[in-house]
Amino acid sequence: MKAVITVTGKDTVGIIADVSAVCAKYRANILEITQSVLSEYFAMIMLADIDALDVEFADFADALKVLGEGKGLMIHAMHEDIFNTMHHI
Amino acid sequence: MINTQDVLETINMIREENLDIRTITMGISLWDCVSEDVDRLCDKIYDKITKRAEKLVVTGNDIEKMYGIPIVNKRVSVTPISLVGGAASPEGYLKIAHTLQRAADTLGINFIGGFSALVQKGMTEGAKNLISILPEALSETRNVCSSVNVASTKAGINMDAIAMMGSTIKRSAYLTRDENSIACAKLVVFANVPEDNPFMAGAFCGVGEPEAAINVGVSGPGVVASAIRRAGDCNLSELADVIKKTAFKITRVGQLVANEAARRLDTPFGIVDLSLAPTPAIGDSVAYILEGMGLESCGAHGTTAALAMLNDAVKKGGVMASSHVGGLSGAFIPVSEDAGMIAAVERGALTLEKLEAMTAVCSVGLDMIAVPGDTPEDVINGIIADEISIGVVNTKTTAVRLIPAYGKKAGESVEFGGLLGTAPIMAINTYSPAKFIGRGGRIPAPIHSLKN
Repeated sequence: MKAVITVTGKDTVGIIADVSAVCAKYRANILEITQSVLSEYFAMIMLADIDALDVEFADFADALKVLGEGKGLMIHAMHEDIFNTMHHI
Repeated sequence: MINTQDVLETINMIREENLDIRTITMGISLWDCVSEDVDRLCDKIYDKITKRAEKLVVTGNDIEKMYGIPIVNKRVSVTPISLVGGAASPEGYLKIAHTLQRAADTLGINFIGGFSALVQKGMTEGAKNLISILPEALSETRNVCSSVNVASTKAGINMDAIAMMGSTIKRSAYLTRDENSIACAKLVVFANVPEDNPFMAGAFCGVGEPEAAINVGVSGPGVVASAIRRAGDCNLSELADVIKKTAFKITRVGQLVANEAARRLDTPFGIVDLSLAPTPAIGDSVAYILEGMGLESCGAHGTTAALAMLNDAVKKGGVMASSHVGGLSGAFIPVSEDAGMIAAVERGALTLEKLEAMTAVCSVGLDMIAVPGDTPEDVINGIIADEISIGVVNTKTTAVRLIPAYGKKAGESVEFGGLLGTAPIMAINTYSPAKFIGRGGRIPAPIHSLKN
């Protein structure tokens, strides 16, 4: 099972490190990262394997959300199926 | 491989354009609860509902977290109570209504539907008893919803049943006069009622349904409105394609959630309702879609054509995205629940007559419309008869959910709060249809109902 983690907001130092730290803490394995910075606006999409997650997915998503709120970022973790079903026949 | 554009589009739909799953509704059959002792019947109903749907709310919340999409309502619909209530007295039916409320409280759901009667061809004693107690049942409970099917294309129109509805609606309005006559918002009068509808107030679990089923209603007027805005000055063929593609994406999410809910609740998947259901939230309006298509205001001449095209494109896009489609499936035009509709009424662009015409080409009917509190019963009966005949003749579902707001006059408004919104009180034509309605009997089924 894979999750898509999206991070958007104002660019600051250490965003990827912070998100990666939460992933590591709960044993989500990062598979792929795409990121771009456009006039100080940061957007990152991360694909992570969550088969070995040691908490419920909802708690993992909440932990990332809380991290984002503390740094003025929007962080969402969603199951990859929502993107696959919506955009592929 | 995840495509960045796809991910951002989905996130934007959910965060900025109000995309949500409007409801996961579990249909539950109550046939096995039947008992001649009404207390025993109530106990069995309570036990069955609370056991079958025990995990409905928590499962809905878990799925919401998993996919990151709001699932606004978790609801239950049951077998029409007039069928399982059988020989119950009016007081017995009232007891059942309170039992449904108690079950809803235990489950933490926001509505339970199915305090209903099917009387399109005639009325059993049970149905008569249920209808006679409807005003009390709807005013003494908070979350119990009711529907009465008074006509079908196959059976024709039961005018005797329609004649009972005006007084029932008026009395429901009176009994909840301190709460803006809210009981009327929980009562729908139908023609050709669907038996697997997940939307309230008309949801019930039909006679041919399984023990239990998961039915899902999707939403997304804001997403469609934004897609139309982005499409710019294209022609109508291109615009129809834009709407179809958007409806496909919205419905696929509904199907995904329905499959997951069915799996987790160990309950068969029933249907996805291909709906565009507005909310009072800014931007989440069907009227704004119609205006985005090029109308100066919803209600202008051209509105019916725009709505017909929208409704058709939503169905065409949605049907391929779902394995089973059902319920009401189409664009909803409830006035109080749609900021754009409210604005159109307030600026004088949208009248009751235009709304009636619009219901000929979209889902449902005259929905959440407030009329003056002193509207005569016969006029309400006439409004119902007109709307119901549109459904019968066009072989489609139509419905009436009118609120004759007690003590209020045209031009004022009533506030219901939450998803039910605010209803401007619409002026109506009060010339009397009393003699026509009072003839009673049945309007025969139209000739095109004879298809065999």
